[in-house]
Amino acid sequence: MAQLYDRYSSIVYAVALRVLGDTGAAEDVLQEVFLQLWRKPSAFDAARGSLGSWLAVITRNRAIDFLRKRRPETDIDDVVLSVAPDLAGDAERARAAEKVRGVMGTMAPAQRSTLEMAYWEGMSHSEIADKIGEPLGTVKTRIRAGLITLRKAFQG
Amino acid sequence: MSGHEQYADDLALYALDALRGEDRARVDSHLAACADCRLELEHLRGDTALLALSAAGPRPPLRARQRLLDAVALEAREPRVAQTSTRPSWWGWLGWAATVAVVVFGLSLWRENSALQQSLASMNSRAVENRRELEELRRITAPILDPETQRVTLVSTKAAPQPQGKAFYLRNRSSLVFLANNMPPLPPRKAYELWLIPVSGAPIPAGVFKPDAHGSASVVNPLLPAAVEAKAFAITVENENGATAPTTPILMMGAGE
Repeated sequence: MAQLYDRYSSIVYAVALRVLGDTGAAEDVLQEVFLQLWRKPSAFDAARGSLGSWLAVITRNRAIDFLRKRRPETDIDDVVLSVAPDLAGDAERARAAEKVRGVMGTMAPAQRSTLEMAYWEGMSHSEIADKIGEPLGTVKTRIRAGLITLRKAFQG
Repeated sequence: MSGHEQYADDLALYALDALRGEDRARVDSHLAACADCRLELEHLRGDTALLALSAAGPRPPLRARQRLLDAVALEAREPRVAQTSTRPSWWGWLGWAATVAVVVFGLSLWRENSALQQSLASMNSRAVENRRELEELRRITAPILDPETQRVTLVSTKAAPQPQGKAFYLRNRSSLVFLANNMPPLPPRKAYELWLIPVSGAPIPAGVFKPDAHGSASVVNPLLPAAVEAKAFAITVENENGATAPTTPILMMGAGE
């Protein structure tokens, strides 16, 4: 567990802190995510993807639940990822992070901000639609298109 | 994905955990029947992981590491200390085996019951938990029932009232069940620690326990390195969180029968 912590705690904490903006809360989410992994190591299927990516997804979801004061909807057993890059090494992670920032930079501002509202603030599509004054369908499509754009950047 | 365009956008929201209530239930029932969409969901979740990467920030505070490791150490040990056994008689092999069976089944069910309650929301999870519970029970009872199991009785090196410990160690599964009785009470914040003495190398921590009011305790399946050959088992007194190497003289020891 100590090794896993040393390898992945920085990404877990960074994600939690970005969502919550509070170091104490981020630390609590960090604790909870690793303890969950300790209790149910079988929840992560190593054949399917990388642990770093899985942890990042779990962390973001839990942090959003915390932020929005709601109960988790998805059991960690049910979170399965495919084909995400391995984020284990600091160098790989830094390269991937640069790439992501680059892609986000070239995205249309409306698409980027919609995606960020959904991802980092956990806003629902209807909340975003209300906030930016766009139709629901547009918001949903933008979110999906944004994710696909990211995916394509890493597939090439 | 041509027949599924109506779900395509919803899957992205699902991957972001942004679908709730009826919308989510609708997609859930589609996912149950559609492998393509399940795969697409996995891909979308992977894409969200990429977004996570753009989070850069300070490293977590140093204390967080110790806090986690302390919590993990507590979790590893707490569920494995037995509830008080009401059986009065420890003597005789049959008595041991029966008591062990009660203890391990009780512990296993208690632990899996907590896990089960968390899974009640999802039918799939429940089925998986049942399988896990069965596997867990099999895993726990293996060292008691297997003829290969090394059986060790530990006796006190002093003359005083007879503390006794019995260790059942199945090397090929790294599976250990340990029972103790008549253990003297401990000062506060101290515990007994069980050690596996390998054929070569330093003693390996094999669990921390505190006796109950009757002087009984157990350790069930502590984390052990794989397939270590045990020359002996021993007990020392340590601080209640356990130590990584013995810090006090050996109190009890035994080698295989």
